Amino acid sequence: MSVLLIVLFSAILLMGLLGAAGVFTWGERRLLGFLQERLGPNRVGPFGFLQWVADTVKLITKEDAPPAGADLAAYRLAPALAALPMLAAFGVVAFGPGLVISDLDVGVLFVMGMLALTVWALVLGAWGSRNRYAMLGGLRAAAQMLAYESFLGLSLMGCVLLAGSFRMGDIVAAQEGGLWFILLQPLGAGLFFIAGLAAAHRLPFDLQESEQDLVAGFMTEYSGMSFALFFLGEYIAILLVAALFTTLFLGGWAGPILPGPIWFGLKVAAIAVIFVWLRAALPRPRYDQLIAFAWKVALPLALLNLLLTAWIAVGRSA
Amino acid sequence: MSDLAAIWCASVALACAILAVTRPAIVHALIWLVAALLSLAGCFFALGAGFAGAVQILIYAGAIVAVFVFVVMTADASPEALARERARLAQGWRRPAAAVGLVALPLALGLLAGGTSPAAAPDSGPSLGAILFGPWAVAVEVASGLLLAALMGARHLGRRREEP
Repeated sequence: MSVLLIVLFSAILLMGLLGAAGVFTWGERRLLGFLQERLGPNRVGPFGFLQWVADTVKLITKEDAPPAGADLAAYRLAPALAALPMLAAFGVVAFGPGLVISDLDVGVLFVMGMLALTVWALVLGAWGSRNRYAMLGGLRAAAQMLAYESFLGLSLMGCVLLAGSFRMGDIVAAQEGGLWFILLQPLGAGLFFIAGLAAAHRLPFDLQESEQDLVAGFMTEYSGMSFALFFLGEYIAILLVAALFTTLFLGGWAGPILPGPIWFGLKVAAIAVIFVWLRAALPRPRYDQLIAFAWKVALPLALLNLLLTAWIAVGRSA
Repeated sequence: MSDLAAIWCASVALACAILAVTRPAIVHALIWLVAALLSLAGCFFALGAGFAGAVQILIYAGAIVAVFVFVVMTADASPEALARERARLAQGWRRPAAAVGLVALPLALGLLAGGTSPAAAPDSGPSLGAILFGPWAVAVEVASGLLLAALMGARHLGRRREEP
């Protein structure tokens, strides 16, 4: 692709992602309303669809005041760090055959690296606001992210092994004509889904911002657009995890009749709906159980999955 | 183009590294350290070693330094603590700086003398694996032994003691 085309594609993708995150907040609230037998936002525009526009206007015009005594450098850096890596990671996601900004040969590793950087946003935000609730949320966030990222990478290595490449396009191509990797890697898919929920810090993995005991955790002192950037990062992270799941386990853009990018979008949307559904259905676990599950159950299972996959791959090639 | 990008990333990494050792607030120093590590990852990408760049982001910036922050974020960050740190560092920097100079001098001389041309970097996963578990298999096993020792140390420190 020429430089101009790449810039144009990046701009369209950026606008599309910001819009998608906005529409997602509306969709989530309507869906949660439906699941909890109430209406949800339905006043602004048809079916309340313009609620996210109204929210954006409100958040932009709201005062964004740091607390007295906050460490301004860390306080201001944290929201940007929450959103930017997630947007950058979409640069290697393949939406269709050749439809990718940078077809990096280590695409999957790059996305994992960007997901790992989000821990910085939570920790710096918590430390910078100089608030005890925020600090407790930050400590929880750091321990949880480290625990769940340890098996996030391992759980998807089975797919990388089967495809023989870290490139998104190659992994989709390896599933074309054959079985989707969710059928060959059911354990890996389940573990990756759990780790993805935790990486996007969605319920039931949102103990760092649980309202009942920590006000809003690391976000306690944030308002206005700084607050919105944290949420933007969270919603883009959901879309990113869904896009990664689609690429790795659901055959990417593969599908009959409709063009590839539409299939990709439909699969991502379906997984995003499951994320919202889980939020409505599941309670929060106790924090020590959460961490124990990651280190004592999920990590050994991910290693076992990788070992079995490696045996099968070696057996097939021999 | 890629040379320019590499030089730019290297300059940023150098500036961030200098800031990392001169900031008195420890969390700020760590932020600059991560910025330096990320710039280094940028260098790797610009030079065509995508695997090293991605692993640099994932392991160093995402995991190792995040553990550092996890530890130091509970440290006292009040203005008084900062002043104390400044006073302590006003004298204490000379000997560590001299030690670094001992390492840096031969490195700089070697680079000025022309250095070595880098070998072709393995770029794909399979070729890297073939190198790691081929000619470098012993080094990989030694490194894994080190990690095992660290794991046993962590197990020892974290064991549950009987209440008296």
